[in-house]
Amino acid sequence: MTVVIRNLKLALPPGGDRAYAVDGVSFELSAGKILCVVGESGSGKSMCAHALMGLLPDTVTAESGEVLFAGKNLVSLSPTEWLALRGRGIAMVFQEPMTALNPLMRIGDQIAEMFEAHDLLTPKERRQKALALIREVGLPDPERAVRAYPHQLSGGQRQRAMIAMALALEPAVLVADEPTTALDVTTQAQILKLIRDLQRRRNMAVMFITHDFGVVAEIADRVVVLQHGKVVEQGTADEVLLRAQHPYTRALLAAVPTLQPPPRTPLLDRNKAVEVIGLGKTYVSGGGWFRAERRVRAAKDVSFDIFRGETLGLVGESGSGKSSVARLVMRLIEPDAGTVRMGDVDLTRIGGKALREQRRRIQMVFQDPFASLNPRRKVGNIITDGPIAHGIDPAAARKRAGELLSLVGLNAGAMERFPHEFSGGQRQRIGIARALALDPEILVADEAVSALDVSVQAQVLDLLEDLKARLGLSMLFITHDLRVAAQICDRIAVMQHGAIVELKSAALLFAAPEHAYTRELLSAVPGQTSSSRAA
Amino acid sequence: MLLRNPGGMIGTAILTIAIAVALFGPLLFPTSPWRMVQRPFLPPFTMANLPLGTDALGRDVMAGIIYGARVSLLVGLISTLASLAVGIPLGAAAGYFGGKIDDALMRFTEFFQTVPSFALAIVLVAIMQPSIVSIVSAIAIVSWPPVARLVRGEVLSLRTREYVQAAIVTGQTNWWIIWREILPNALSPVIVLASLMVATAILLESSLSFLGLGDPNLMSWGYMVGAGRTVIRQAWWITVFPGIAILVSVLALNLIGEGLNDALNPRLAKGGR
Amino acid sequence: MISFIAQRIAKAIVVLLALVVLNFFLIRMAPGDPALVMAGEAGAGDQVFLAQLREKFGLDQPLPVQLFLYVKGILSLDLGFSFRQQMPVATLILQRLPATLLLTGTAFAISLAFGILFGALAARFAGTWADTAITVLALIFYATPLFWVALMAILLFSVAMDWLPSFGYETVGANYTGLAHVLDVAAHLVLPATTIGLFFMATYARMTRASMLEVNRLDFVKTARAKGLSDTVIQRRHVLRNALLPVVTLAGLQAGTLVGGAVLTETVFAWPGIGRLMYEALLQRDYNLLLGVFVVCSAMVLAFNLITDLVYRSVDPRIEFAS
Repeated sequence: MTVVIRNLKLALPPGGDRAYAVDGVSFELSAGKILCVVGESGSGKSMCAHALMGLLPDTVTAESGEVLFAGKNLVSLSPTEWLALRGRGIAMVFQEPMTALNPLMRIGDQIAEMFEAHDLLTPKERRQKALALIREVGLPDPERAVRAYPHQLSGGQRQRAMIAMALALEPAVLVADEPTTALDVTTQAQILKLIRDLQRRRNMAVMFITHDFGVVAEIADRVVVLQHGKVVEQGTADEVLLRAQHPYTRALLAAVPTLQPPPRTPLLDRNKAVEVIGLGKTYVSGGGWFRAERRVRAAKDVSFDIFRGETLGLVGESGSGKSSVARLVMRLIEPDAGTVRMGDVDLTRIGGKALREQRRRIQMVFQDPFASLNPRRKVGNIITDGPIAHGIDPAAARKRAGELLSLVGLNAGAMERFPHEFSGGQRQRIGIARALALDPEILVADEAVSALDVSVQAQVLDLLEDLKARLGLSMLFITHDLRVAAQICDRIAVMQHGAIVELKSAALLFAAPEHAYTRELLSAVPGQTSSSRAA
Repeated sequence: MLLRNPGGMIGTAILTIAIAVALFGPLLFPTSPWRMVQRPFLPPFTMANLPLGTDALGRDVMAGIIYGARVSLLVGLISTLASLAVGIPLGAAAGYFGGKIDDALMRFTEFFQTVPSFALAIVLVAIMQPSIVSIVSAIAIVSWPPVARLVRGEVLSLRTREYVQAAIVTGQTNWWIIWREILPNALSPVIVLASLMVATAILLESSLSFLGLGDPNLMSWGYMVGAGRTVIRQAWWITVFPGIAILVSVLALNLIGEGLNDALNPRLAKGGR
Repeated sequence: MISFIAQRIAKAIVVLLALVVLNFFLIRMAPGDPALVMAGEAGAGDQVFLAQLREKFGLDQPLPVQLFLYVKGILSLDLGFSFRQQMPVATLILQRLPATLLLTGTAFAISLAFGILFGALAARFAGTWADTAITVLALIFYATPLFWVALMAILLFSVAMDWLPSFGYETVGANYTGLAHVLDVAAHLVLPATTIGLFFMATYARMTRASMLEVNRLDFVKTARAKGLSDTVIQRRHVLRNALLPVVTLAGLQAGTLVGGAVLTETVFAWPGIGRLMYEALLQRDYNLLLGVFVVCSAMVLAFNLITDLVYRSVDPRIEFAS
């Protein structure tokens, strides 16, 4: 056993919602094995990682318990001992590659700094080692990468650089705190593979923090499940994933959507709710007298229809243009070309008052539950503002708002409260109520569940399906998560580089994808087969 | 809120005293500060009814400070209000509508910002002939660009906020959105800036008066310091006391501004990890 | 980068032209006959001079013609004539400019160096008495009017303790040369430069402190600690460099205030620069000279802004000069 954590208790400052960030947690890390620590937000999983590096915030203290590594108890280590241990015995990779690297230093220098921190090697040798490490993690064009600044690399490349840094001194233990959460699914697949290969080659013990069970299925040897700072289940990957004992684990696993689209009732209504024809949008930035401009084609001749009562999914990675298309359809941004028709109304040709009136027919649920509600307005006003602007009598609007809140599963008393008094999931429900207040025909959900914990996600998805059926809505569902798309969409359009590469019914898309990119996307989704862990 | 901030408390206390002095002082000291009341160069703390002594013309320094409070606070307040009245709408329009309107307004604002503000104030007051109106106008003209820039920056970042987009999507008019959704959320840094602007205005006014560009009918702290400059060796109190008055007032406003900043932006308050 | 500089210089020229036009209208705004205004208090009595002015600036011709003549004059670097001083304005300004550059340059250097130093110290020892002391001092100096600090400095160091001279650029009549001259000027420079420097020292100290505390919270500092780097190295190499970026921006924005501060300081210390020239022009109601100095001050600010912008761009690799 390389690292043994026994009964660790990390105390939070008084006055918080609980006393311990981590409450009597015990598990072990072994050389050559990957341990995944899984939990939702607030489970304490990140604190465990930080404790292993001695990087706990000032306000959190280790009250009791042991963290044993190389014959020492890390809980009682002196600052000088920590300086020697960090990076050398235990190294860490963080979640956000953009902010985790010093923007003013070159990548090669930041890697070489690892050696410098421990007084190893001459400067020339450090540079050589940095180059070798960059090659090992698979960064393209290593000589250029060494001299590059962080902002010149992509997210996945930056994460590779972070991993190179972590491996520099050949630590026995690697702690990875959600290293792939901020990455695209295809990039995530590459990084997961990289971590697994490196771990095997160097026989490291890896502690991998994540909230995504798909990732767990993909790479874990052993799994620890945390809830509210306590271990509720641990065992080998098979034990936990296939034969979970604890009700919380079971509930979490059940909430994860599978990649199998459920059989959907065939749609009878062949009328089109929305017709999108040839949408195009190019973003131009920079450009002055002496500077060339940068053109990004966010949407290239995008066309699709949404039938009444249908949910069309728009799936793609970051930069695919799906969010731009959503905003073009809502006319939050102006298209350079193309039209959006709702029935016989051309949304792109009208303006002013006429546009505002037509807007009530197509409404949006936004991604960020914390940014989509005005923090200074009461919930009741947030929901009634729209109808009142369209001439509805305020008293009637308030009555309807109360009904809508019940419909989305909140009680009507919420109307007098402010957004910050609600959780993320509840705020999304308020956002849905706001969208429904105008009795729209079409609902556009722009990554509406991406910022939510997986259990909450499942509830909100169920709510959306239920409302759709009851109110006869059509839905445009934008997401990067193929599992979610599989659950909720009738047809799915896959986008890449601003264009739709494939558009099919969900069942057909998952069973027999045609386009190369669709296939790549599907195979990159982690945790599809348990056998990917073996050997 | 302000109570948790000792600086803010001190600042508010001092400012309250200053306002009280400005409002009620002339009632308690009805003699005009321009009147000669004793022999010139009377040192401070020698006569009970002239605690701060007299200046080169035998005028009561204490009375000067009391009447000067009115001028400083009035000028500071009105010029700041004028700057806000100009800067907030311009900045909001530039930030919200973007495009050509933004470009034009930004060129206009940049022009004002590259001109050294004190020098411009001097020129304006000199040209318009010194009076309280010209001083207030000059300070206002020189001070509105930072307001416009700040408001523009806030509005720009808020315009892409999702709840603003939700308001567009639910069919609100542009003006409703600016008024109900954007400005209330943009205002807290503006409030902080406003208190700092009053402080700067007081400094500007006193500097202008020091150079002889003050309203010749109004006794101002800057004027007193300027008048006492040539006799500083014989009568240090003529320059010291009015200067302290300026320092204390400006400090109070800065403390209030800092306190407001801490209160409205709690995450930027104290140091540490 | 050359194209960037060219672009900025072109913009600066446009701004200066706009200023000149503004000057033109300002003179017309002053009460009374523009010729009298331009002649200044002294020249207003001289009929010949007035007639010359009327002819040169076409004061009896339509406005657009006047504007054209005025701008044409400025472009040939003719800023007018000061009757009182009996010299072309341009010559006057050129004579006095070096002294102001010396003063503002020194003040800027002192304030930046010490401001950053104290700010970094305050951030390093945040929460301790050292931090409180530095913060309180900074607050006080930030609130103190410049002209009053100047007078207090004279009172303290010149009158009370007689350590330093309080008047002028060099000891009158001494005729020092070489090193003795340099030292003499330096002795005269200490009080005025420090006076201006104190205000900006306070500004930079507070900005540095706030910036360093902010940067210390960022993720890459956590990464640096995870590498096992000592705190000193982290502060110096990772935090300070990033924290100084907003300070550079701030320094650029302060250029105007720096020039304004020079006017007050030079007046109090009788330092022979263009600030004092502006004060003299005020006293004499010599508007031509006043506006001439004003244009030159603005040009100084523009130049300063360009330099700080260049420095900022060379330090921050995220900003590009051109494609």
